[in-house]
Amino acid sequence: MIEGIFVEGLIFSVMALGILISYRILDLADLTCDGSVATGAAVAAICITNGWGIPSAMILAFLAGVLCGLCTAAIHNHLHIPGLLAGILTMTMLYSVNLRILGNKANVPLVRVDTLYDQFPVFFSFLSSSLASLAGTLLFVLVVKIIFDLFFRTDLGVAIGALGGNEQVVVSLGMNPSLLKYIALGLSNGLIALSGALLAQYQGFADANLGQGMVVQGLAAIMLGEFLFNSNRISLITLRVILGSIIYKGLMFLGRRYGYLVGITPNDFKLLTGLLVIISLIVASTRIKAAEEKARKKAVERVMGGKTNA
Amino acid sequence: MLDIKHVTKVFFPGTVNEKVALEDINLHVEDGDVVSVIGSNGSGKSTLFNMIAGTFPVTSGSIVLDGKDITKAPEYRRSFEIGRIFQDPTKGTSANMSIQDNMMLSLKKGMRGIRTSLTQENRQLFRKLIEPVGLQDRLEDNVGLLSGGQRQALTLIMACMSHPKLLLLDEHTAALDPGNARIVMDLTEKYIEQEKFTAIMITHNMQFAIEFGNKLIMMDEGRIILEVSGEEKKNLTVPDLIKRFRAIRNKDFASDEELLTEAD
Repeated sequence: MIEGIFVEGLIFSVMALGILISYRILDLADLTCDGSVATGAAVAAICITNGWGIPSAMILAFLAGVLCGLCTAAIHNHLHIPGLLAGILTMTMLYSVNLRILGNKANVPLVRVDTLYDQFPVFFSFLSSSLASLAGTLLFVLVVKIIFDLFFRTDLGVAIGALGGNEQVVVSLGMNPSLLKYIALGLSNGLIALSGALLAQYQGFADANLGQGMVVQGLAAIMLGEFLFNSNRISLITLRVILGSIIYKGLMFLGRRYGYLVGITPNDFKLLTGLLVIISLIVASTRIKAAEEKARKKAVERVMGGKTNA
Repeated sequence: MLDIKHVTKVFFPGTVNEKVALEDINLHVEDGDVVSVIGSNGSGKSTLFNMIAGTFPVTSGSIVLDGKDITKAPEYRRSFEIGRIFQDPTKGTSANMSIQDNMMLSLKKGMRGIRTSLTQENRQLFRKLIEPVGLQDRLEDNVGLLSGGQRQALTLIMACMSHPKLLLLDEHTAALDPGNARIVMDLTEKYIEQEKFTAIMITHNMQFAIEFGNKLIMMDEGRIILEVSGEEKKNLTVPDLIKRFRAIRNKDFASDEELLTEAD
């Protein structure tokens, strides 16, 4: 049971890392995610049911996600509309595209086919089936995290961070901001689709409605992680996101398991997730206020103390 | 070096807000020239810079830099050859990144690849470059923690690191206190001398404008109304400049009045 929460959290963290790129690093509210996570799931499911093999399913899912991100970036860059609207456009269009990919069915089951989660127990045969799933997912997420960390320490990654902070700087340095947005949104949605591909294999089906509300859930995970510790080092920021995702899934598990005691059903989860984000924002702002208040008190003490000494 | 020919800029053409910001600007800047630009608010100085840097396209005319027609080139392309420093110290650096990351990006112009330039060797270079402004031990601090003067000095150093052909200084010391303005200005002059930059500087300080560089232009209502260089500029004084400005403006007023009386 507990392994299940960790596996879900780890799969979820790959998506949260994608959202981290758009929301935190690029500072662009990208809603493509709700569509691209389902695209990833759909592409992976179709590849696997058609017997193209798991590696190619994962790669194609990633590439499909990259395409979704490029689409949003193209709308945003060339029509000069806000990223938010560009993302909503892509997301809405993707709903139909995803149904097409799934062969005009709302969901495609992955039973009686070999998925990654049938492979893990074979590979880690010395572990129990659920532990093997956890080990495999953990390994996968670690690889993604390391590549992510390395990328955002390269010149290109730093440039994307600079773009999020101040677009004029990037232009002054002779870089095309549009091209950087293509790269960043492509990678972001590639990761999100990869997470969708994992999720479809883990839960055993791909669903066109899989993505609903995913952005908000991802944000909740990122914000939960930000309560854990402060840092501006990329490796710690990604670690924070992964831990936040696991905590989020843990909370959702508690809601499912014990929610009935207070009358909460899974139908309430979207509301609760939204509230969680709002509460996180409130807590974050009260923390800042508290820090300012503390600084004020200290300053008063210093000044008054100085007076008595004098 | 820089050739601006018959450049005009009309904002919001075809609407009630139509405004002619630049009218038939002609300017020739030689290699190694250092030009100061003065003029009142709204005279078109900043628009002229925006045209050279490519922030907005020109309405008509052409701009040639180093034999290359850059009239239609996008801003990021032009910044390969042009380093620009804004009045606002927050515009030239990325606040949420460390000093060394900012400097790493300014090592060279153009798109970046998947490798890191943050080597020990480059760190030594950065340390040396920012030593004159006393930031050598703060390479890992976020730029957001610096004061306006420190940020502007860093922006200047970053702009000069990639050896641009042309330096555009848009009142880059105007937002700073006199002490910091002096430091940034001294650094500017040092770099221009050392690297033999061609530079154009907007200023509101006439004394500055006279002391700085070998050429002075004065703008008014979207036109260049005065161009002084060489010996003539060396002997210029502030009262001189005001007198000449008044003389030109009065002549304009006089001709306007003539037009009006003729129309009546």
